Amino acid sequence: MNNGTPTASKPRSAARSITVRIKRCDGPGKPARFESFKVPVEPGANIISVLQWIAAHPTTDGGQRTTPPVWDSGCLEEVCGACTMVINGKVRQSCSALIDDLAPAEGDTITLEPMTKFPVMRDLMVDRSRLFHNLRRVKAWVPIDGTYNQGSGPRESPEKQEVRYTLSTCMSCGCCLEACPQFTPEPDPAAWNTSFIGAHAISQARLFNLHDTGKELATQRLDALSGPGGVSDCGNAQNCVKVCPKKIPLTESIAAMGRAVTLHGVKRFFGVKD
Amino acid sequence: MADKRVIVVGGGLAGLAATVRITESGLPVDLFSVVPVKRSHSVCAQGGINACNEVARQQGYSEYEHFDETIYGGDFLADQPPVFEMTHFAPKIIDLLDRMGVPFNRTPEGFRDLRLFGGSLYKRTHFAGATTGQQLLYALDEQVRRREDEGRVTKYEHWEFLRPIIEGQGDQARCVGIVAQDLRTMQIRAFRAEAVVMATGGCGLVFGKSTNSIVCTGAAAARCYRHGVWYANGEFIQVHPTAIPGADKCRLMSESARGEGGRVWVPRRQSDTRHPNDIPAGERWYFLEEKYPKYGNLVPRDIATREIFKVCMDGMGVGGGNQVYLDLTHLPASTLHKLDGILEIYSKFVGDDPHKVPMKIFPAVHYSMGGLWTRHVPKADHRGLEPGNPGQMMTNIGGLYAFGEVNFAYHGANRLGANALLSCIFDGLFCGQSVANFVRDNAPTGATPQALLDAAVADESARQDRLIRGPEGGGSDPNDNAYLIAREMGEEMTAASTVVKTAARLQQALTKIAALKARYARLRLDDTAMWTNQSLAFARATGDMLLLAESILLTGLARKESRGSHYREDFPDRNDADFLRTSVSKFDAAGGTHQLSYQEVDTALVKPRVRNYGKVESTAKSAAPARQPALT
Ligand SMILES: Cc1cc2nc3c(=O)[nH]c(=O)nc-3n(C[C@H](O)[C@H](O)[C@H](O)COP(=O)(O)OP(=O)(O)OC[C@H]3O[C@@H](n4cnc5c(N)ncnc54)[C@H](O)[C@@H]3O)c2cc1C
Ligand code: SF4
Ligand code: SF4
Ligand code: FES
Repeated sequence: MNNGTPTASKPRSAARSITVRIKRCDGPGKPARFESFKVPVEPGANIISVLQWIAAHPTTDGGQRTTPPVWDSGCLEEVCGACTMVINGKVRQSCSALIDDLAPAEGDTITLEPMTKFPVMRDLMVDRSRLFHNLRRVKAWVPIDGTYNQGSGPRESPEKQEVRYTLSTCMSCGCCLEACPQFTPEPDPAAWNTSFIGAHAISQARLFNLHDTGKELATQRLDALSGPGGVSDCGNAQNCVKVCPKKIPLTESIAAMGRAVTLHGVKRFFGVKD
Repeated sequence: MADKRVIVVGGGLAGLAATVRITESGLPVDLFSVVPVKRSHSVCAQGGINACNEVARQQGYSEYEHFDETIYGGDFLADQPPVFEMTHFAPKIIDLLDRMGVPFNRTPEGFRDLRLFGGSLYKRTHFAGATTGQQLLYALDEQVRRREDEGRVTKYEHWEFLRPIIEGQGDQARCVGIVAQDLRTMQIRAFRAEAVVMATGGCGLVFGKSTNSIVCTGAAAARCYRHGVWYANGEFIQVHPTAIPGADKCRLMSESARGEGGRVWVPRRQSDTRHPNDIPAGERWYFLEEKYPKYGNLVPRDIATREIFKVCMDGMGVGGGNQVYLDLTHLPASTLHKLDGILEIYSKFVGDDPHKVPMKIFPAVHYSMGGLWTRHVPKADHRGLEPGNPGQMMTNIGGLYAFGEVNFAYHGANRLGANALLSCIFDGLFCGQSVANFVRDNAPTGATPQALLDAAVADESARQDRLIRGPEGGGSDPNDNAYLIAREMGEEMTAASTVVKTAARLQQALTKIAALKARYARLRLDDTAMWTNQSLAFARATGDMLLLAESILLTGLARKESRGSHYREDFPDRNDADFLRTSVSKFDAAGGTHQLSYQEVDTALVKPRVRNYGKVESTAKSAAPARQPALT
């Protein structure tokens, strides 16, 4: 057998460079500024590979030495939700943002900014703790007895599996919250329980209410969605569903939970159990 | 058990399963992770999770068969009792995940659907579309969130583990806590615990571009190694046969693509320039099917990878390059629908539609069979492990455990597809009980002098200061940085120590790593901010990766045989007489050297046999067989 370097062939396309403008900020409360970098792009390059290049060559296009930019990423294949940012004004994952699509010509410019609905930690990295907190508000879990062996779970039709699977691919990326006019920044964790919960958690409440054991907590989930910051705060702008990278039917989920909350309210009024 | 606590480092499948089981036993857990646990690398797993099931059982399959496949797949290097226990425990894990609400694919009648996977002739892989890892991780993440809500788990997300704190020496050594850093405020502090579970995953980044997530540096394991934890079988790195090379990483095209019927081929005629869809069946070389009539495209990964690699090195790759076709275009829409998760990745990143044209793929570094050395306590007859025994998957340091990809215990010299998710969750659930029992049986660590903890923190602060200030007496190169060093390390490791290895090439790589270490010693950071300093964290990890790289090369050099993923061109045969042994590296911090020793493998249940998966000869020029093998 031949001994060689197992690196794969690269698709052909001419070497070129682009300009990347990054909105930078040294930390919470610090002023923001833009820095531009001239970056050579390899074929198949994405925003992550471009950021990696800048980190290894942290000199602006004006020749100024600077610090490597800070950003969030994980899987690099659009399944972990870490790398969300605002690219040319649109919120999306940076790992699946290909340079050839965004800046097809020599010298084109791409602008990178952090999300605006969450506190900026540094540069392109934000703190999305609130998004995870909102999963706790709707008790987004199945209340199993314990992990000791008790046999299998409930049987399920393929149709129902399909619905739950789709909802369950939500990767908590935050795109739907960034795009939502009703979801506004809230730096104070004490106010999180009463500020708008957003499409992401509403859809997760639906996911768990659909499960045979998960629905044991349905009443508590509907209570959470009935109060301030609940489903009625949604203005039905439908921005969320348009930006969801996992094509989760968010408006369907919002409508379903809206109906459930109304019914729940009526039943509660008459003292009937769900 | 008031006041007693357990630390779990890592919130992938292994860490989350451990957290659930340990809290269930009544102990509070402090859970550390560099990323929010829901974004851990386990989210990437695509294909599925193996377990014997009723359908396969009635066709002649059994837990024992699953055990035997795993041992054979691993080329007999795995100790057999842990594998026996894991494969027999597996059906319970699937049931539990099912109860947690994992949306496993279903048959029309509502039972769990199954697919075929590498190294088996039976359908025994459970799956949720082509994003099984994501679905399993979320189910465990939800259970941990529930316990967080109940106040039984404290999460330290965006905290990085820097080192274990160990009291005493030799047999008396006990882990009493860890040093960790808040990656936002950059505060370094010590945390006390009665037991610590390392569940920090693999080390793909040591090889630069791999199928792994960006956080899979192996640095946490290297830090344990630096502080006296043994590292076993490091030379066994799995290179997955089918990935798409990219500028930032190699993206996996899961084995499930072949499990659902995908076929690997190249044109029979070298540099055939026709569009793949225009090449008639008889002029395609389905080399895996022809060479392995029994297993076809589903031979284990080490074998498929070497075959693809050889085809490309012989100039038979598509377009003469390093790529072969993975073809799904003949499959019905209902089958392809089950693979949506990966087909989307392909079309998104490559731009072609795999429903219509064959995908172009090449092998990429994927998984580490080796890892932190762990002990196990077998049952008297070696058929499994003693449940609850505190020794299960404990490292050589008392109270310090290693679960999931970061240990070396289950996969021998080559892991079978869809066995990793299983071993991670098995560790968490089965060995999690061992952690709880260890804490119950041992004195609390309250008596550990504070000075020991303070010294560990001071040591890490000094290490960080050295990176920020540069070397004593100056002399740093302003144009060098950790990103450049890591890139060169990755390229060198991939070239020297993956599919084909030789003594000469490994030696050359050791020289290169030594040069990179020298450059590393002169580093000085551009970014000296004490707030969310990512380049500091990366630079620190680079130093740890260099240590691990060196150890991987040394153990690979010493293993003068070929076994599983470790193929030595200069020693092409398996040599049981000398090397049916676990390689164990111990780092001598005083001398800065790696000490290598070997341990017998427990082969009490299945005797080693020839492993060739029924190979027959085939070349591009041999006549095409009349029909496709039954399996594919
Ligand atoms: C693309 C891909 C597909 C795969 N598909 C399959 C499949 O279909 N079936 C299968 O069985 N296996 C599959 N595998 C393998 C499997 O996914 C992994 O082996 C498994 O997920 C590892 O889980 P883990 O819990 O050990 O670690 P990980 O999931 O890697 O988690 C590691 C955790 O440790 C944390 N951590 C790491 N370092 C530190 C530190 N220094 N300080 C603090 N925290 C730290 C991380 O934040 C993370 O939470 C696949 C692997 C890849 C790459
Ligand atoms: S539909 Fe509701 S949740 Fe979605 S963007 Fe509009 S207001 Fe926000
Ligand atoms: S619903 Fe969609 S956009 Fe919103 S967090 Fe989930 S995956 Fe992201
Ligand atoms: S890095 Fe995981 S979604 Fe982009």
